[in-house]
Amino acid sequence: MSEISKTASPATARPLMKTLLPWIGFFILLLALPNIFSSNVGLYTMNLMGIFVIFALSYNMLLGQGGMLSFGHAVYFGLGGFMSVHFMNYIEDGDFTFPMYLIPIFGGLIGLVFGIIIGSFSTRRAGTVFAMISLGVGELMAASSLIFVAFFGGEEGVSGDRTTGPDLMGINFGQDIHIYYLIAGWVFVTVALMYLFSRTPAGRMANAVRDNAERAEFVGYSQRKVRFVSFCASGFFAGIAGGLFALNFEIVTEENLNALTSGTVLLMAYIGGVGFFIGPIVGAVIFTLLQSILSNYTDIWQLYVGILFVLTVMYVPQGLTGIFMMHTAAWRMRRVGSLILPYLRAGVPALAMLTGIAAFLETIHHMRSSVEGETAMSMMGVDFDSHSFVAWIVILALVVVGGYLTRSQLPQLKEAWEMANKPPAQREGAGS
Amino acid sequence: MLELIFFSLLNGVVTGLLLFMLASGLTLIFSMMGVLNFAHASFYMLGAYFAYTISIYLGFWVGLIVAPILVGLLGAVVERYGLRYVHRWGHVAELIFTFGLAFLIEEVVQFIWGKDTKAYHEPEILQFPLFTFFGQNFPAYKAFMLVISIGIFILLLLILTRSRVGLIIQAAIHKPNMTAMLGHNVPLVFMGVFGVGCALAGLAGVIAGPALGTFPGMAFVLGSIVFVIVVVGGLGSLTGAFVASLLIGLLQTFAIALDYSVNDLLQLFNISFDADSALRDLWTLSLPQIAPILPYLLLILILIFRPTGLFGNRET
Repeated sequence: MSEISKTASPATARPLMKTLLPWIGFFILLLALPNIFSSNVGLYTMNLMGIFVIFALSYNMLLGQGGMLSFGHAVYFGLGGFMSVHFMNYIEDGDFTFPMYLIPIFGGLIGLVFGIIIGSFSTRRAGTVFAMISLGVGELMAASSLIFVAFFGGEEGVSGDRTTGPDLMGINFGQDIHIYYLIAGWVFVTVALMYLFSRTPAGRMANAVRDNAERAEFVGYSQRKVRFVSFCASGFFAGIAGGLFALNFEIVTEENLNALTSGTVLLMAYIGGVGFFIGPIVGAVIFTLLQSILSNYTDIWQLYVGILFVLTVMYVPQGLTGIFMMHTAAWRMRRVGSLILPYLRAGVPALAMLTGIAAFLETIHHMRSSVEGETAMSMMGVDFDSHSFVAWIVILALVVVGGYLTRSQLPQLKEAWEMANKPPAQREGAGS
Repeated sequence: MLELIFFSLLNGVVTGLLLFMLASGLTLIFSMMGVLNFAHASFYMLGAYFAYTISIYLGFWVGLIVAPILVGLLGAVVERYGLRYVHRWGHVAELIFTFGLAFLIEEVVQFIWGKDTKAYHEPEILQFPLFTFFGQNFPAYKAFMLVISIGIFILLLLILTRSRVGLIIQAAIHKPNMTAMLGHNVPLVFMGVFGVGCALAGLAGVIAGPALGTFPGMAFVLGSIVFVIVVVGGLGSLTGAFVASLLIGLLQTFAIALDYSVNDLLQLFNISFDADSALRDLWTLSLPQIAPILPYLLLILILIFRPTGLFGNRET
């Protein structure tokens, strides 16, 4: 109880300007980003990021806010994409007139319709039963998409053309920068809507049902109805993300609604941190960066993502956002500065160890996959011979020395952490 | 027609029993720890890959024995240092952990063995047709798979119902706290069951590798089907898992063998349809086409109408 009153009272007492400030900052950031990263790759990555931000946030309405672990969230994303691409084609054929930039609405609507249908029977229970039904529905849809060729286009998918709609002030979305601003606009609106949803009584009750369904029932709320509302809203926003995907890539395939995409969104939300509204945004941004940038440098980036994911689940279930949020107590007491040196002392050898491990994996991968006789490889700008003795010594030294030094620095880090979080009067358990 | 039914029946039983080897371990693990292990099929895949590597150097038969043991040890390590650690974050975290593990194992397998299908074959001694029926051969290797699966089933049944270890396991399933009070090391039992379950999955991988192919996607292909079996059969029920395995195995083989479509049904009633309509795919649906979705349809129907599964006595 005390925690609720603690978090709720400053929120209501907070001046309007302070509430709006992050949103204004977000708006300016969205406007400014294409000026900073104006290359094609940058735009491509940011477009994908925007789509995944919406998708991951909609997923977190289930997992983080509603306590429903779904293994089939790509169904709504994919269906939204297919519906949107069909409507793009109707506009192209002149069947009806509709502004192209509002197309994701149709994606959202089909997501909502399927959310209502599937949610009507799957939200009865949370936990394993819900997870299993979502898995079953996901597999069912993925398999059906290869059967119903008229709607899903079989293996090659359905493609459309976003430039054929009526122009908006002379803009026909032919250029990447146009589609960026379109996606940015949708991201801003949907993120704001999803944030507002989490503040409504429905969103608050979803948290209550997640934490203790039985108690919520005694207060007079049907856990099933509460979950159902979250589920439908989540399907709607996932559909919008799918619609934006269709607009951006102008093609939607079976891959967009299969289990792989469902797994990806779980990965994004969880790595970012499901306990915070901003977590999935962080997760989506990081995952997209890993996907588009890391994959340029290494073939085994998915192995790194897998390791990162498993380590997150095991040791930091609050996600990456959670690590940052752990510092709020120290931040308020202006003691973060005292943590910088201990972090550096432990972080530098840890970084050396991680580099060593990555070099080990990369070198082995290079030895196995490269052409016979080719031994020269480069990693992080360093060229070396993957079969040479020296390279292996360096890798081994990095791992062993780095690991040993990291370990030796942990006690002082722990001590510094406890010092920084020790409240002047009463203890606050923020760092546990 | 008779030969079709005969061979579909035989193939269905072989598939079903293979699935049972996976499902039996999974359902035991679930009923003990309440965790549906997403990585279970990954251990099946590891079994096949281990056996492949061993068979290169020491032959198939050594692999048949050693690979499942290795997989079982790996499973025990995962339980001891992974799952037991994650347990403190709750059930959802455990489920996500096994999901992440499945993802990671697939990547690791691709890292170590590569993305291509491995040339893992049945031993030469089993490469002959066992019998010929209506001009169709029945390979001896399938009979071998059948014998191994039935042997495992009987062994498992005897251990669980007739031995002291089985008694303790059954007690730990139903009343873990009480069993611990009586002086049994329940965490050790959990670790053992997890290890043995993984070893069984590994054994299934060893014998299925040559028949179904050894490739990085093999866990994914079977993984969700095994879930279906465990849920349909009733979580925690070994009998249920057995019946459901056979049911799914037969369902899949018969759906592929019998080539009927909605069209045939409609023609029976003299109804014709518009060949260009958007629903045309619906009218031309055939049984082999919908074969892959039948298990999932069954899963959803069971979860809606009978959440305890066919033989289960408790909800998840």
